[in-house]
Amino acid sequence: MNDNNEIMMLDAVERYIRGEMNPDERLHFENLRKTNAAIDQLVVEHTLFMQQVNQFGERKNFKTSLHDVHTDLSEQGKIHGDKLSGKAKVVYLWKRYRRVAAIAASIAGITTIALSSLVWSISPKPASEEIQKLNRDLFVQQVKTDLIQSDLADVKKNSKPDADKTIDYKTAATGFLIDGKGLMITNAHVVRKSKNIRVFNIKGQQFNAFVVKLDVLRDVAIIKIDDTRFKPIAALPYGIAKSSTDIAEPIFTLGFPRDEIVYGEGYMSAKTGYKGDTLSCQIAVPANPGNSGGPVFNQRGEVIGILSARQTTAEEAVFAIQSKYIFNAIDEIKKNDEYRNIKVSTRSTLAGMNKVEQVKKIQDYVFMVKGD
Amino acid sequence: MTQEGIEKALLRGLAQNDRKAVETIYRENYNMVQALIINNNGSADDARDIFQEAMIVLYEKARSGNFELNCQIKTYVYSVSRRMWLKRLQQANRFSEIGDTDNVVPVEEDVEDHEKKNLEFEMMEKAIGSLGEPCRSLLEAFYLQKKNMQEIAGSFGYTNAENAKTQKYKCLMRLKKIFFTHYKNGNGDE
Repeated sequence: MNDNNEIMMLDAVERYIRGEMNPDERLHFENLRKTNAAIDQLVVEHTLFMQQVNQFGERKNFKTSLHDVHTDLSEQGKIHGDKLSGKAKVVYLWKRYRRVAAIAASIAGITTIALSSLVWSISPKPASEEIQKLNRDLFVQQVKTDLIQSDLADVKKNSKPDADKTIDYKTAATGFLIDGKGLMITNAHVVRKSKNIRVFNIKGQQFNAFVVKLDVLRDVAIIKIDDTRFKPIAALPYGIAKSSTDIAEPIFTLGFPRDEIVYGEGYMSAKTGYKGDTLSCQIAVPANPGNSGGPVFNQRGEVIGILSARQTTAEEAVFAIQSKYIFNAIDEIKKNDEYRNIKVSTRSTLAGMNKVEQVKKIQDYVFMVKGD
Repeated sequence: MTQEGIEKALLRGLAQNDRKAVETIYRENYNMVQALIINNNGSADDARDIFQEAMIVLYEKARSGNFELNCQIKTYVYSVSRRMWLKRLQQANRFSEIGDTDNVVPVEEDVEDHEKKNLEFEMMEKAIGSLGEPCRSLLEAFYLQKKNMQEIAGSFGYTNAENAKTQKYKCLMRLKKIFFTHYKNGNGDE
């Protein structure tokens, strides 16, 4: 086989198909085709192939233009594009979830009853009947913790008698900063009944805080540190993710199931929460009372959710509120003049770091939240 | 210009992948298709997908030369989108009825034709994807971007056009082999 001849032949075939031959050459080639079946076969085959290649190329280009046009028109607002709004969104949600809604409605009664016995909120509540649901070890632990807390409160009280009035804490959970000025996210069920809220950082410093916004339905609360001892922070290392997270993506959490910050690691297990609840998602991560309100991070160090509850009837079924509802809550408080200018970062500076580094940077901004 | 004249001009532009024509057709029809999809259990992403497929069907039709659109572009795009979405719903075993049958033209054949072409497109995409570098870029430069051998020799660092040609030939032979293996298998399955 002579490669060079083959190359020249293919070259000739291509020029012939494209009609680039001059009349003489063309005549000669057509004669060759008639007398040589192999060449004829090559022409037929190559014509088909070139057609395929051309169609491929043209369609690829066309797809690119479609993509560009779509992006442009959405940006200019000439088509609704990817963000559904107003009526379209309602129709979409309704159409999509009406079956779910119907099922949910029909079993709502049962669910309500079942829910209260199956899912318990993860904030430790020393009220005795709820503690009975915890196992014994936890109960002992809880008592111990309470002792330590009261000791701590005494020490604090003695050292700074004027700044802190004693609070009879009934609930403790986790919260995390979302801006440098002291706005913090936690669960609504953590602070809903509290008149006085105090938050503690890992260094043991405590700050008074108050509730800015309660969204009981979504179980999101925004609280604000209101304490002269709190020094504003220039920039948080993490951002809040706007997009949803894929199943199986690794995640980690930080929280205060005891008086020490505790790291937990797991993965995203489902895009919906308990019984198909679309506000939340399911994650597999160790969680205990006190983890409520804690941030759930993805690998890039973006907050993707707020840890909120776990199912007692299943192993490792923990639920988190999706981070987009943080933005909803923020949009709500932006209507108030005082908070109009708050900015929440969606960008994290932690991407690419290893877990140890990430946690080191994050842990200063995760707080224990206690209320009475 | 009459409405019909405008539509013809748009189709001619579309066949050339003319940006303005594409944009006009896109702008005038997208929301309609999105409403159709959303009202029938679809998401915004589905709408975008289906609409762009329908645009490709129209594009291929407009390019085929012997194409006479005997209805409005709007009706055609709607009918194709509707047909494709129905198929998808059926495949997913979900609700498979879309109420409105007025203002729909028969497009079954066009859609089927399109699906076949889609398969071929995917085959070629796969074949090119499995080539590896520099073969892939070399062939794309020559056959898709239509660059000449001198240019290619320069940008790919071959000492002369002849060397580039030899390399291109080898790559092409590989591509043809991969493609035709799939092509024949694909056709044999049917």
